[in-house]
Parts: sequence; structure tokens; C-alpha cells
Amino acid sequence: MPILVLLAWSVATHFGWLDVRLWSSPELVLQGGWSALRDGSLAAALKASLARNLIGFAIGASAGLSLGLVLALLPLVDTLLEPTLNAARQVALFAWVPFLSLWLGNGEEGRIAFIALAAFFPVLLNTHLGARQVDAKHIEVARILGLKPYRLILKVILPSALPSLMTGLRLGLIYAWLATIGAEYLFSSTTGIGALMMDARELFRMDQVILGMAVVGAVGFSLNILLSRLGHLPLWRGLEEVP
Amino acid sequence: MTDLSHWAHDTRPRFRMRPPSFSLPVPAGLPERLRPLLAWVVPALLLVAWWSVTQVHLVPEQILPAPAIVVRAFSALIASGDLQSNLLISLNRVGYGFGAGALAGLGFGAAMGFSDGFARLVRPTFLIIAQVPVLAWLPFLMLLLGIGEALKIVLVAKSVFVPVTLSTTAGIRSVPARWLELARVLRFSRWKTLCRVILPAALPQLFGGLRYGLTHAWMALVVVELLASYEGIGYLMIYSRQLFQLDVMVAIMLVIGAVGLLFDRVLALGEAWLARRYGGAA
Repeated sequence: MPILVLLAWSVATHFGWLDVRLWSSPELVLQGGWSALRDGSLAAALKASLARNLIGFAIGASAGLSLGLVLALLPLVDTLLEPTLNAARQVALFAWVPFLSLWLGNGEEGRIAFIALAAFFPVLLNTHLGARQVDAKHIEVARILGLKPYRLILKVILPSALPSLMTGLRLGLIYAWLATIGAEYLFSSTTGIGALMMDARELFRMDQVILGMAVVGAVGFSLNILLSRLGHLPLWRGLEEVP
Repeated sequence: MTDLSHWAHDTRPRFRMRPPSFSLPVPAGLPERLRPLLAWVVPALLLVAWWSVTQVHLVPEQILPAPAIVVRAFSALIASGDLQSNLLISLNRVGYGFGAGALAGLGFGAAMGFSDGFARLVRPTFLIIAQVPVLAWLPFLMLLLGIGEALKIVLVAKSVFVPVTLSTTAGIRSVPARWLELARVLRFSRWKTLCRVILPAALPQLFGGLRYGLTHAWMALVVVELLASYEGIGYLMIYSRQLFQLDVMVAIMLVIGAVGLLFDRVLALGEAWLARRYGGAA
């Protein structure tokens, strides 16, 4: 069926049923993609976006991970903080943009802070959830064995919470990618795929817009696959055996 | 291939684990009634911190206006009617977009859930569409539809359509085969099977999708209003940003948060009610 859609699109633009200027055509998109690949503009934009995405994700995810653990382990902190965090989560993500751009400037800091914020909440939520679901029996055994707190976290809680944690990281990465595109739209004058698409829109270059969409989708898809594969790596298997 | 568990992350039941020995437990004598009060401690502290920071002029007012100024901006927004009219516009857009997206998602998801052939035919295309995030559709749709009302409604509808379709399909697929068999044995008509067996069993998942969809709808609307709009709550925010009216911005942000919270709470209540009514399904 995707092939049929592509064919229909190609045929319709070929015979002029759809205006090529508005709808572009598969050939044009491919051509544009090829030339963007050759002159390196696509690679440069992709690199800028990915770097931004990963830095923001790393910051947001580590913050979310640590706070999630703290909340799960210290019920008092949880009772105090959770409602506030939950309320903050309800603010539609992009409503933060105007603030961040005012407080941190329109440059890279603002963008990265925004991406980090996007990754922060899903990671926090799922770490919290996972660490709370740890079997109380395992913790009891660890206590009887006299494990030190940091060893308890490392050897019991993190391995047990891993599935939920990986879900959180994957979600965080999805949101971070979304935020990267959003940040490139909303923060003025920048590089990256999002900026490329917005520029293309202003120039009425539908082929480039569609190319951008395809790249954004493909990158999101690959990041997603990458992290879900990572979750199944044998590397983690050993950790799942509780000492 | 696509793991769909991610949209269900906050509908999972929460298990409380016993606090480990080294934790700071909530004081044992603390009555349960006080717990809701504890939730307000941090916001209150934040408010005090905010107030004192502005009081001693630690940061310039253009960067962080004092709480009192925000309250004044808020009442001015209400007095002029700007807030209500723009909020109404935004809510209207969410309403239409959500309605269209949810209906399409329910229909499409049901078709995919009931018919394997249809699912096999359209699933790849659907997944391709779903993989491209709402934001990446934005420039495309802006070129096709302009920046009028249609753009907002289509974009919001798309953000609702994907999760609702996924959860509807998953919900229908999750109906235990034994139940369907029982319905056949009892000679239920198709309609009765749908109403008495399939819907109750699929409802919790289905509703989870709607809830998730509404959260996304609100987010998508705010983005599109920030980027391409001349009215609505997001536009009001970007407009005040351009005028450096931080007090107005803070007030609007609180409104955006409150609306999101309200949507989520209302649907969470609905979900809890459904779980009570049809609990134990699947």
C-alpha cells in the first residue's frame, strides 16, 4: 500500500492532476535528497540536530533517573515533591519555550535546556515507577545480607527496575527528538533539520519539506529501535540475577 | 515491530513497595489526612522563594516578575476579556480536532482490530504516518492548508488519531478468545457481542488511548499556536513574549498548565470509573 500511494502520487503529479509546485513529486524529493546529500547540507543539518538531541537527552535523562530513584527510595521526598512534579508535567511542553528563550537566550543553551526538559519527565516517571515495583522480598534479602545502600541500588533496584527504566529512556528519547525539531522551529535562526524544514517552507520548497519529514521520521524510528534493542542486549542479562 | 507500550506508561497500576531500611520514612504518627497537605509544601516554598527573590531584586523584573505583578496581569487579562476569548478559541480548536481525530481513530482502529486483512493492508502505511511526529507534519500542512483554522484542526486531529487508533486496535485484540467463544455458544447476535462482550473488555484500553490523545492534542495545539496563529492562548503567549511582558507570560503559562491538568484529571476520573464498572476485564 505505501508503494501504491507513492505510485499514485507520482502519476498524479506527472499528468498534472496535482500541481507539482504544491505537491512536489517523488522524483523531485529524491533528486533534492540526492543533491542535499552530495553537497553535505543534509548531513550537516542532521549532525547539528542529533548532537543537540543527544546532549539534551543526556542531561534530561540523568536528571530524571536520579530524581526518580530518590523519589522511589525516600517516601517523604516523594510525598512532598510528586504532586508538584505532576502538575509541572501538565504544562504543555512547548509552553516552556518562550520562558527558556527569555531566561537562557535564543541560543544553544535555551534549545538544549528545552530538549533536556522534554526528556526529563518520561524518564523520571518510569524510573520512579520501576524502582517502586521492586519486589519487597528482594530488598529484604539484600538487607539481611547487609548490602550497603549504593550496592542495593546498583545490584537490586536498578536491575529490577530495568524494563520500566528502558521504557522511560525510550520515551525520553522520542520526546527529546520531538523537542529538538520544535526547538529548531521556535528558537530563531539556527541550524538543523527543523530549521531546514522551516526555511524550505518559507521558500515554498515542498520537496525539501517532504524530505525533512522523511528524515525526521526515519531518525525517530531508528532511535526508537536502537534503544529497544539496547534493552534486550545480553549485557543486561547478568544484572538481572539478584545477588 | 513498533513497541506500543510507550503510550500506556502512566496507566499501569502503581504498586507501593515497602520502604527500604535506610529510607526516611514518613513519620509514623502522621495521619493520612495530612498527606494532601504535604503536597502543598513544595509549591508554597517555591512561591515564598519566588516572592523573596523578587523582593530583594536578586533578578531584574524583566526576567522574573513578582507574584503580585503576575496576579495583576492575570486579572487584567480577565478584565479585558482577552484570556476568555482566546482560551475559548483554543478550546474550540481542541474540541473539533479531538472529536475528528478520536472518531477517525476509533473507526480506523476498530477496522484494524476486527479485520486481519484490512490491518495487513494499511498497517505499514499507518505506521509510516505515525512515525513522523506531529511537528514534522507542521511545515507540510502549512504549505498545503495555509495557517488558517484547518491547519490547527488537522494537526490536533492527527495527534489524537494515532494513539486512539493504536489503543482501539489493541483493545479489540485483547478481548479473550474464550469470551468470544462463550458469546458464540450463547448465540449472541453480532450487535450484542459488540455491546456486551467486546466493548466492555476493550473499554479501559480504549479510554487510555483517548486520555493520551487529549494530552497530545493540547500539546500540539499550543505548538501550532506558538508558530502559526493570530489568536488563541498560544498566540497570546508568543505575543506577550515579543512585548517582553513576562507577567502576562507567566499567567498564561499557568492557565495552559491548569487546562492540561484539568483535562488529565477529568479523564483520569473517567478511567477510574470505567475500571470500577468493568474492572477485571482481560
